[in-house]
Amino acid sequence: MTDPIDSRALPLFNFSRRKFIAAAAGTAAAPLAARAAGEAPSSAVAADPAAPVDLSMRVNGVNKALNVDARTTVLDALREHIGLNGTKKGCDHGQCGACTVLIGGRRVLSCLTLALSAQGEDILTIEGLAKGQQLHPMQQAFVDQDAFQCGYCTPGQIMSALGCVHEGHAGNDDDIRESMSGNLCRCAAYPNIVAAIRQAAPAMASEQKKG
Amino acid sequence: MRPFSYQRASDAPSALRALQGAAADNIPLTEASAQPLAGGTTLIDLMKLDVMRPQTVVDINPLSASWSAISLDGGNLRLGALARMSDVAANPEVQRQYPVVADTLKLAASAQLRNMATLGGNVLQRTRCSYFRDVSYGNCNKRHPGSGCAALQGFNRTHAVLGASDQCIATYPGDLAQALIALDAVVEITGRSGVRSVPFAQLHKLPGQNPQLETTLVPGELISAFTIAGRWPRSVYVKARDRQSYEFALAAAAVALDVQNGMVQDARVALGGVATIPWRAREAEALLKGQKFDDGLAQRAAEAAFSAAKGSQHNTFKITLGKQVVARALHQAAAMEV
Repeated sequence: MTDPIDSRALPLFNFSRRKFIAAAAGTAAAPLAARAAGEAPSSAVAADPAAPVDLSMRVNGVNKALNVDARTTVLDALREHIGLNGTKKGCDHGQCGACTVLIGGRRVLSCLTLALSAQGEDILTIEGLAKGQQLHPMQQAFVDQDAFQCGYCTPGQIMSALGCVHEGHAGNDDDIRESMSGNLCRCAAYPNIVAAIRQAAPAMASEQKKG
Repeated sequence: MRPFSYQRASDAPSALRALQGAAADNIPLTEASAQPLAGGTTLIDLMKLDVMRPQTVVDINPLSASWSAISLDGGNLRLGALARMSDVAANPEVQRQYPVVADTLKLAASAQLRNMATLGGNVLQRTRCSYFRDVSYGNCNKRHPGSGCAALQGFNRTHAVLGASDQCIATYPGDLAQALIALDAVVEITGRSGVRSVPFAQLHKLPGQNPQLETTLVPGELISAFTIAGRWPRSVYVKARDRQSYEFALAAAAVALDVQNGMVQDARVALGGVATIPWRAREAEALLKGQKFDDGLAQRAAEAAFSAAKGSQHNTFKITLGKQVVARALHQAAAMEV
């Protein structure tokens, strides 16, 4: 029996999901980016609480000027306004860890952090880890150890794993598990995530020595 | 989330002005139209759930420069209210001299939340009662005074067995508060007219007939620090929960002992996860003092700690569990090498 619809014949299906989402997000973000450009960032107090406010964020070493609703979290600013959608929205209530980023070098939940209160801080996201084509040792370790299945929690796992190593909790498996308990993985890749952190911790230490 | 205006306080006076200016006298602190934002782990969560609806959010994080120090002077510990949970938990002096304080912080929440949340915000954390957090339930006396309590006849497995009333059985969710109440910590509160100090035990209010009034803080006041007199190296926190990490307590005990030659000179016992407020088990303490420590004494103290406990339909197991947690904490504290 032949397939009644040959999906290869439909041009829409040649458009990958990722490309489609990226294109759609780009379109949505464009007017906002245009409006914010050229405006001096300040921590404005809006008379009308629903009116957008100007703010600036430093993400992966790059300053971004935004004009957004005061309710915007760092997570939504990254994904909806800056176009960095590597950071994932899971529960949006600080329970799953998918949105973990480093702010001021500390792992925090971007879904519970207002963009307005993160002004002036250095924000590091998953997109800021690789140096060109060279993966960060933690990213490489996640690949080497097969530390994911669907991959949705992975950016949060990797950012949290950096915190785990920086905070000195990568010495043994129990310590890693406790330190990583704020990052849920519904595919249950936990044993491989622990293995990845064990692999990356010494590599990160030697990278740091090299400077 | 409802719209709000954001104000970033540059210093304590401007924060207090912003908080007091928008506050009416006759409404609970938690309903005041201006709310302080520190770590945001409770406030932003509850704003997303529409449980808290401030019109103004006052970001007090710039006060961290002066309100986040951890210091040990002359044998007394002072913890700034804006110190982050993770920083206090990792402090070597806190770990050595006040292990119960470090334990309560290490066993709470997740690493990310501990990096964000402050001590002041943590002790004021709102209950995890699911009827409080879900605004589709109309009957919650904390959210709508006089509307009733859905938990009384609802699913109340995680609810309180001590300190409850016929208006509210919501459990106080935090951990640090048990260490602070056990060690007779003092809360330093900064208001527009200056600084006042109250014993930690006077910070939280029993639900009684007014569960919406959770603390004795008034609008326009902020917790600026906690102080603990003396050192308590023989102290522990034991926390029993549904999973080993990143979960609220079903039953927990903060215990601090002073044991000389096998005799208990002083004893502090506080309970978490089982009561409506941070709970000091003074009956247990009275039983322990002046006695030789052994298993029988630990068991009798555990019984005494729960002598006033009253279970609801789904949570009576907490009374049995809680006694075992108290006994275990007493044993662990007694066995510590200090």
